[in-house]
Order: sequence, then C-alpha cells, then structure tokens
Amino acid sequence: MTPTQTATIRVVLPFHLRVLAKIAGEVQVEVQPPITQRSVLDALEARYPMLRGTIRDYGTQRRRDFLRLYACELDLSHESPDTPLPEAVAQGKEPYLVIGAIAGG
Amino acid sequence: MSAVRVLVGTKKGGFILSSDGKRQKWNVSGPHFSGWEIYHMKGSPVDPNRIFCSQTSGWFGQVIQRSDDGGKTWTTPGSNPEDLKSPDGMPKGESNKFVYETEPPHGKPLTTHQWYDGTQHAWEFKRVWHVEPSLTDPDTVYAGVEDAALFRSTDGGKSWQELAGLRGHGTGPKWSPGAGGMGLHSIVQDPTNPNRMYIAISAAGAFRTDDGGKNWKAINRGLKSPYLPEPTPEIGFCVHRIAMHPSRPNVVYMQLHQGGGIYRSDNAGDLWQEVNGNLPTDFGFPIDVHAHEASTIYSVPMDPYMRVPPEGKLRVYRSKTGGNEWEPLTAGLPQENCYINVLRDAMAVDSLDKCGVYFGTSGGQVYCSPDSGDSWQPIVRDLPYVLSVEVQTLS
Repeated sequence: MTPTQTATIRVVLPFHLRVLAKIAGEVQVEVQPPITQRSVLDALEARYPMLRGTIRDYGTQRRRDFLRLYACELDLSHESPDTPLPEAVAQGKEPYLVIGAIAGG
Repeated sequence: MSAVRVLVGTKKGGFILSSDGKRQKWNVSGPHFSGWEIYHMKGSPVDPNRIFCSQTSGWFGQVIQRSDDGGKTWTTPGSNPEDLKSPDGMPKGESNKFVYETEPPHGKPLTTHQWYDGTQHAWEFKRVWHVEPSLTDPDTVYAGVEDAALFRSTDGGKSWQELAGLRGHGTGPKWSPGAGGMGLHSIVQDPTNPNRMYIAISAAGAFRTDDGGKNWKAINRGLKSPYLPEPTPEIGFCVHRIAMHPSRPNVVYMQLHQGGGIYRSDNAGDLWQEVNGNLPTDFGFPIDVHAHEASTIYSVPMDPYMRVPPEGKLRVYRSKTGGNEWEPLTAGLPQENCYINVLRDAMAVDSLDKCGVYFGTSGGQVYCSPDSGDSWQPIVRDLPYVLSVEVQTLS
C-alpha cells in the first residue's frame, strides 16, 4: 500500500449499531491513510451517517463512555484517536472492534 | 371510519397499538427499535402518517427516527442514500446531531448551569425527552432535551438547531437538575398564536415565548415549593408536566412536584393558583385535558414518597371544573396491590366522541378509557416499562 492508496478496513460493530445501520455481520470501509481510529470512524460514519454520534459524542468527538475500542487483542479505548492502528488492521488481516460495555439490564 | 393509533415508548422499544373508533379490539405492532429506550413518539397534526421518534441509549446516544407511513417503516432522516452526499462528498444528514449553541447570533455564550453541589457545570447533551411536531408544518418539529434545551428542525428531522434564547435566559446558570436529570419535557404550542409556546423543565420551571422562541419569560409566579429557600423564586421549580386545551390557550394546567401539586393559570402562565382540592396527594407526573371539554382535566395522584398509587389503588382523578373538585375514576383499574408509576409523558387523549383517555405504567400496562374516564380496560398488560404514550385520532 502506498501512502495515498485507500485501505480496506474491517470493522465489527455491536448488535444494536448493526441493526441501526442495517448491516449484517462485519463491515468493510475504504479509508485514506493514515489509518487511525479517527480516520476509520470518519469513513464509517461517512458511509453510515446514522452512526454519527453513536460511537463518538457529536460535540466533543470523544468515545462514548460505554463503548470500548479493540484491535489485535489490544484495548485502544484510551489511545489518541490519531495514533496509527496496528499494521494487521491497516492490511485488513484483523478487524477493528467496537464493543458495547456488558452492563445494565 | 374513525380509528386511533397509540404510540407507546418503553424502556425496551416502541409499540404501536391500533384500533377502530370503538376502541375495543386492538392490534399491537412492535417492538420497534428493540432494546433501545424510546423516550417519545409523536405524529404530525398536519400529516398523521409522519411520526417522529426519540430513540436513545446509554451506550449509543441519541437517534431520531421518522416514519412517513404511520409507523410501518422508519428511517433516520437524512441518511437515505439519495440524501447522503453534499457537493463536497460528505454526509449532510445530521439527524442525530444535537449540539448546543454557544455563540451569537443564534445563541448567547452560556456554557454552565448549577450542579447538585452548587458549583457550575457544563451543559452536556444526554437525550431527547420529548418531540413535538409543529401544528402547521410537517417538516418542523421541536425537541426537548436533557440537559435542558429546546431544539428545532425545519427539514423533517435531518438537522437540528437550538433555540438558544431559552438556555440564554438570564436565569440559565441557576438551573439545576432534579433526581431524574435536567430535562425539558413539556412543549405546548398555542394554536392561535404561532409565536407563543410554553415549555417546562425539571427542575427550572415553566417558560413562555411570545416571539417564536427568540426570547423567553419565566412563568412561575404563584407556584409554591417548600423545598426552595426563597418563598417566591423566579425559577427552581420541579414542574412535572403542563397541558392546555387548544380552544382556551390562555388556560394552562400544571402538575408540580410534591409540596405544590396541581396548578392552573388563567392568564397564560403569568400567575398560577393551586387547585389540588380533594386530591388524595399533591404528587403525580402527568396531567391532561379532555379533548372537547376545556375544563375537564385528568391526574394520576401518587404517594409522594413511594411514587406508587396511594393505598395500592390505581385511580385516575378527573375534575370537570378545572381543578379543586375531583372525582376518582376506578372502574376497570386495579384497586388493590397496585404499585406501579405513571410517568409525565405517559398520558394522552384522543379526539373521538366520546373522548378516549390513555395512560401507560411502569408495569407495562397501557390502559384505555373509551368513555372519558368512566371505565378503563388494559390494551396490553406486559410491555416493558412505559415511558410515553401519545395517541393519534385518524379519520
């Protein structure tokens, strides 16, 4: 992948967001480098506008409290949104995971 | 042939209950948006097939849904493929975007309100409590939100703008949340004056605009609350609900927190008088007005400390005199061992003759009275916790 080529990033969403976006299973989005949490989520929201505000707060762009962000067995929830994602994610070998906190009724 | 459509918001999804004008046999549709909290659904008076829905979640935030076919199908406004792209290629649908104004010309630079400990706290959007479609334009709809603010969409819910003159009212930094949060829950439009609107906030009080939402006046004079240090403060009242009959828009009814009770204003909220009369308690959440009798009002009194029906008897109270003189309505309602609650947005009336009255409970029952409250029957008994009930009268 050259720096200007888009990458196909795999994203796994929690059940309720898949229903909201009318997605069955894993979704793939085309992302312009650099491949970061911000660029992946920007691309995801551009393709599925109904997801805007559901993963990141609309006003602050901060991750919503009850969601966690994982990839390659790493918890990326507290990483800078501009930190490059693991190479395996950028190469499409591993998915980027949006996980709903398992709590509540 | 007349018909009714009851829109029920619950903690686990939305339900639509339909019947013909007899209101005896019901069809139940749902859950819609299963697993999400449906705070409120309401249909446009101009186009009854257009229904707006507040879908919300502690996990995933706020979503606005809209149906244009009476609730059969739904869409997040502005997210249809043909709506997606603006000329620069970015999505233009922003139906989930509720961002407070902080700058002129739309807003006043107001960024904090009073927190529980008396300190100032930044406004934080949490959810839409109430959607109120315009009386005249199917594309215009208002949203009352937590933390308290009023938003308006003029494009069918695709995008939202704050009417920031309300939050910019001089008292804004003194507004504080109640135990249930600081939500704007009541939006009442004056059908005779498009520039006049009433809103109510827990726990700030009631406000009125006479210029289409640019400026607002606190209308809490005459209200009493033993829980406030000042005897007659301008704001700080935990209003639970306000209601009005369209034929008499200067007469406004209110259910206030305990220590206050039911109030009526005969001058558009400029002055309130307490009309509890013979009610068993002064606590409750909803208040509503008969569709054809402007002085007939309904309340569901609750034990103020347990927030359940007094003595375990579920009684709707009706006053045909605009308050003070109340009669309990019990036929068909449980009169023992009933310990549910009825929330502020969970009562509605239809406009059939006879007027139908509806309410939903924390136990998942939705009751209907097809005869103005004289008798009741459950439409459904086992829905999730009911947050809101609205009814549409269809011809």
